[in-house]
Amino acid sequence: MKFSELWLREWVSPKVSSHALGDQLTMAGLEIDAIAPVAGTFSGVVVGRVLAIEPHPEADRLQVCTVDVGGAEPLQIVCGAKNVAVDMRVPAALVGASLPGGLKIKEAKLRGVPSFGMLCSAQELGLAEQASGLLPLDGDAIPGTDVRDCLQLDDLMFEIGLTPNRGDCLSISGIAREVGTINRLAVSAPDCAPVEPECDDRMEVRLEAGQDCPRYAGRVIKGIKKGAATPLWMQERLRRSGVRSLGPVVDVTNYVMLELGQPMHAFDLACLNGPIRVCHAQPGSEVALLDGRTVQIEDNDTLVIADRDRNLALAGIMGGQGSAVQDDTADLFLEAAHFIPAAISGKARQHGLHTDSSHRFERGVDPELPVRAVERATALLISIVGGAPGPVTDVRLEGGVAPVPSIYLRSARARKLLGIQVSDEEIEEILSRLGLSLEVIRTGEWRVTVPSYRFDLRCEADLIEEIVRIKGYDQLPDCRPLIHSGVPPLPSHVERGTSRIRYAMIERGYHEAICYSFVGEDQQRRFDPDLVPLTLANPLAADLAVMRTSLWPGLVTAALYNQRRQQPRVRLFEIGHRFLKLDNQEISEEDMLAGIVWGPLLPSQWSSEVRAADFYDIKGDLEALFPGLEYVPAERPALHPGRSARIVGPDGTEIGWIGTMHPETQRAADMASGEVVLFELRLSAVLRDTHAMFRELSRYPSVRRDLALLVPETVLAEQIRKTVYAAAGSLLTEFEIFDVYQGERIDSGLKSVAIGLTMQEISRTLTDDEVEGCMREVVDRLQAEHQARLRDR
Amino acid sequence: MQGLESIIDQAVREIGAARDPASLDDLRVKYLGKKGLVTGYLKGLKDIGHEERPKIGQAVNQAKERLQILIRDRQHTIETAELAARIRRERIDVSLPGRGQERGHLHPVTQTLERIESLFRQAGYEIVRGPEVEDDFHNFEALNIPEDHPARAMHDTFYFDAHTLLRTHTSPVQIRTMKERKPPLRIIAPGRVYRCDSDVTHTPMFHQVEGFMVDEDVSFADLKGVLSDFLRHFFGRDELAVRFRPSYFPFTEPSAEVDIGCVICSGRGCRVCKDTGWIEIMGCGMIHPRVLANVGIDDEAYSGFAFGIGIERMAMLRHGINDLRMLFENDLRFLRQF
Ligand SMILES: [Zn+2]
Repeated sequence: MKFSELWLREWVSPKVSSHALGDQLTMAGLEIDAIAPVAGTFSGVVVGRVLAIEPHPEADRLQVCTVDVGGAEPLQIVCGAKNVAVDMRVPAALVGASLPGGLKIKEAKLRGVPSFGMLCSAQELGLAEQASGLLPLDGDAIPGTDVRDCLQLDDLMFEIGLTPNRGDCLSISGIAREVGTINRLAVSAPDCAPVEPECDDRMEVRLEAGQDCPRYAGRVIKGIKKGAATPLWMQERLRRSGVRSLGPVVDVTNYVMLELGQPMHAFDLACLNGPIRVCHAQPGSEVALLDGRTVQIEDNDTLVIADRDRNLALAGIMGGQGSAVQDDTADLFLEAAHFIPAAISGKARQHGLHTDSSHRFERGVDPELPVRAVERATALLISIVGGAPGPVTDVRLEGGVAPVPSIYLRSARARKLLGIQVSDEEIEEILSRLGLSLEVIRTGEWRVTVPSYRFDLRCEADLIEEIVRIKGYDQLPDCRPLIHSGVPPLPSHVERGTSRIRYAMIERGYHEAICYSFVGEDQQRRFDPDLVPLTLANPLAADLAVMRTSLWPGLVTAALYNQRRQQPRVRLFEIGHRFLKLDNQEISEEDMLAGIVWGPLLPSQWSSEVRAADFYDIKGDLEALFPGLEYVPAERPALHPGRSARIVGPDGTEIGWIGTMHPETQRAADMASGEVVLFELRLSAVLRDTHAMFRELSRYPSVRRDLALLVPETVLAEQIRKTVYAAAGSLLTEFEIFDVYQGERIDSGLKSVAIGLTMQEISRTLTDDEVEGCMREVVDRLQAEHQARLRDR
Repeated sequence: MQGLESIIDQAVREIGAARDPASLDDLRVKYLGKKGLVTGYLKGLKDIGHEERPKIGQAVNQAKERLQILIRDRQHTIETAELAARIRRERIDVSLPGRGQERGHLHPVTQTLERIESLFRQAGYEIVRGPEVEDDFHNFEALNIPEDHPARAMHDTFYFDAHTLLRTHTSPVQIRTMKERKPPLRIIAPGRVYRCDSDVTHTPMFHQVEGFMVDEDVSFADLKGVLSDFLRHFFGRDELAVRFRPSYFPFTEPSAEVDIGCVICSGRGCRVCKDTGWIEIMGCGMIHPRVLANVGIDDEAYSGFAFGIGIERMAMLRHGINDLRMLFENDLRFLRQF
């Protein structure tokens, strides 16, 4: 909401500076977004009256004007504007004047003719972004008057960002009420006295939309003057409110809307085939709007203004084409109606519209305003365009507007909820000035009646807010709540574990990424073609269209982003939700830990071999963080089929995946070459709320035996490990694979695996026989289960 | 037969000339070994009277002692020199960088969240998390934002269908928690939220922390105290100006917007605070009685406050980050700075 400070001060003018007034509004919840001068900085510009115009002897496009600027002698001023006319009042910048942008006016010769000043356009005075021709001043402006005074340009434009609950402040009237209350000042409203009818013409109005439109006021005005101009003061107020001047009739309806808050519309009476009906449009019907668009009505609750033949306007949103006031309109019908917020809310947006009118009706317009607005508009209109008003039509629905609730208010409750001292007298003063009426039930308790313009006051807490809002939030002390508390529990193991993992990851050289939770459908399909993702109905872009089923697409995008910025290595992890649609249509969200690694294992350094990070480097990171998991060879789209594993928990549940990115996927994703390793785990599966329990240490020596085995290359290390543990039984305390070799001196299809076994008993020293027996068993079982044989030394 | 004196002279010369421990060992054997020149000297004398033997024996013993001392001294000298040489040899350029893995960095958003969480955890607040895919009831209805409420237009919601959406704020966690548990409650709920908006100052995903407290005697002044403390501790400035001004959220009443004195220009006016000296930092208020009623809490017996903090803004102010979008580009050059 934009408005002129001077306009507001006409209603109520506290003795505070403009900026202090702005602060008052901000601190009362009407936040000032901007305060700006209404015109550029200039001086030395006065009202000039053009007395005579002669053609310029040397230039066709220039004219030589004789201008009365209030001095003893008129001035000769050369002017290039097309709209200059004799007897016209225009701004005249005198010699010595300075204009916005620093232009100084000097005596000059224009193509040989001396000129003693400059006639100005609105643009040249910083009153408009652009202008064609001189700014015509009112016909009664007195030559020689400073234009700043004439147009009241020493004014500021206030712009406030109103919260949606404060529809009552979408008018000078509403803001004045706030300022009056804050400063405990009376507010003076303009005269809205009834204008006596001068003819009997009236338009029948039928309310056929039930509670959606409980009230409709209107009036016929006949025989208005054509070609009249909106007075400059009104144009200026509209401009300072951010509203364009569109001719006197529309200007007056807009002016009254800005002044009182009542949106209005003026129909060309000749275009109406009465009666006027307020009704819900027929589905399938159309409304041709003022802006040239035609809206198709699909539902059955769109409120329209119609006549006998057609829909005329989208009620409360926008007037229609073919019924609006035109330049040659002689008779008109003024409308000021009350539409309830629920009837307008969402409808404008549904049709891609947002108008000053819908903005107000959505937030609530005072149902008591229509007649007042019609009277005010009539008076203003007649003063500008003349005409004969008919009687005011004021149609009210049976049962009328929903009654305003009364609210029970206790001062003790207010004090308790706010934590401040506030007296009963103060409460009464604040609420009364805001227009609420209070009826004392007993000391400190009232029945409060809310005025019809406050749609936001419906319960005791709302009134308590009004009290503290006007009293000032800065009056609140800083208190500390009393807390009923013992020893609070530790954060959950998930919270603690997640944090611990984050730090462990960064200690291992991973940087934390945060990627969007939505990805492109093609990216999602690349990694999880078998999963149907959750799809946004209104995505921002195609690459943000579906919820991720894995964190990999985001990390791949991040890796690519860094590769393209010359980063030689990427080591990123992320913790965040993945989103799955389950078979029963339910949605599962789960925290995942995922990572991506590409490039050298270590940062480039002078003393270490630069080697590319590979699968085992990353697996090592995971094993260090999450011991006891099993890595089972498995294939998954987007992963190298020979270098990918499903990560499985001790109870066999799937915990996640690790693998090298499939070279084709890597190419399709535009990534640079070199092994890319990805991993992803379900966080909840690796965070267990356990703590270690002590096991007795053996005081007897341990025995280590190494075996060099030849096994078929398809035998997995994990299979060997399991067989060894099963064969060796409880004697085995440690197992290690310390060499794997394939190549020279090993038959193809085989590999050499060197293992080390450490055996120990808790209560005694092992005998050679026991150790040898155990080793024999291990060798036999390896041979039986994996065709393993001992390698000749 | 060489005289003892001349043997000793020779030994002294040779010990003095020894350059390393090995040759010194050889000399020890040569002179002081079982069959060494000094040790064996007496045995080597054949024609010697009884009365002379003890005298010569004593001279031999004195010579042995003397040579032992000389050898030990020489050994010490050699070792000292060797050690000095070794230390000279082993000198390295300690200014060369160390070896190994670099340390990663936590995302500034995470660091900011951690700081906020620790502050409230100290005050006994518990962390609760909720789903990011929400339903209309928890995200809007229960928070007193009915359909077609103008406040919905400000939320720019991402929808999956008519009732399922991406939460636009962390406030639904308030509803979920209060439905399940009874006061007293002190909760913070951090997490990702989503709005259908993307420009220089908006990203479609961002982070919030919702916080709330419900108990028997919680007042608006308490809220002011708690948040003022929090903001001063968060920014580490005891003198930080904190201002509450009326605002509107459908789920709180009274509602407030909290401003802090600009931490960039200290209130003198700059681009960040749009020359006002104030920065809007969070929204808060007393939980609306209808919201309490929606979750079955007696709004006469209990009252509570709630607040919502935008994490990106806090992170940007704390770290001086001037472009919101950088937070989600995951540029390593950016991440390494924090
Ligand atoms: Zn600043």
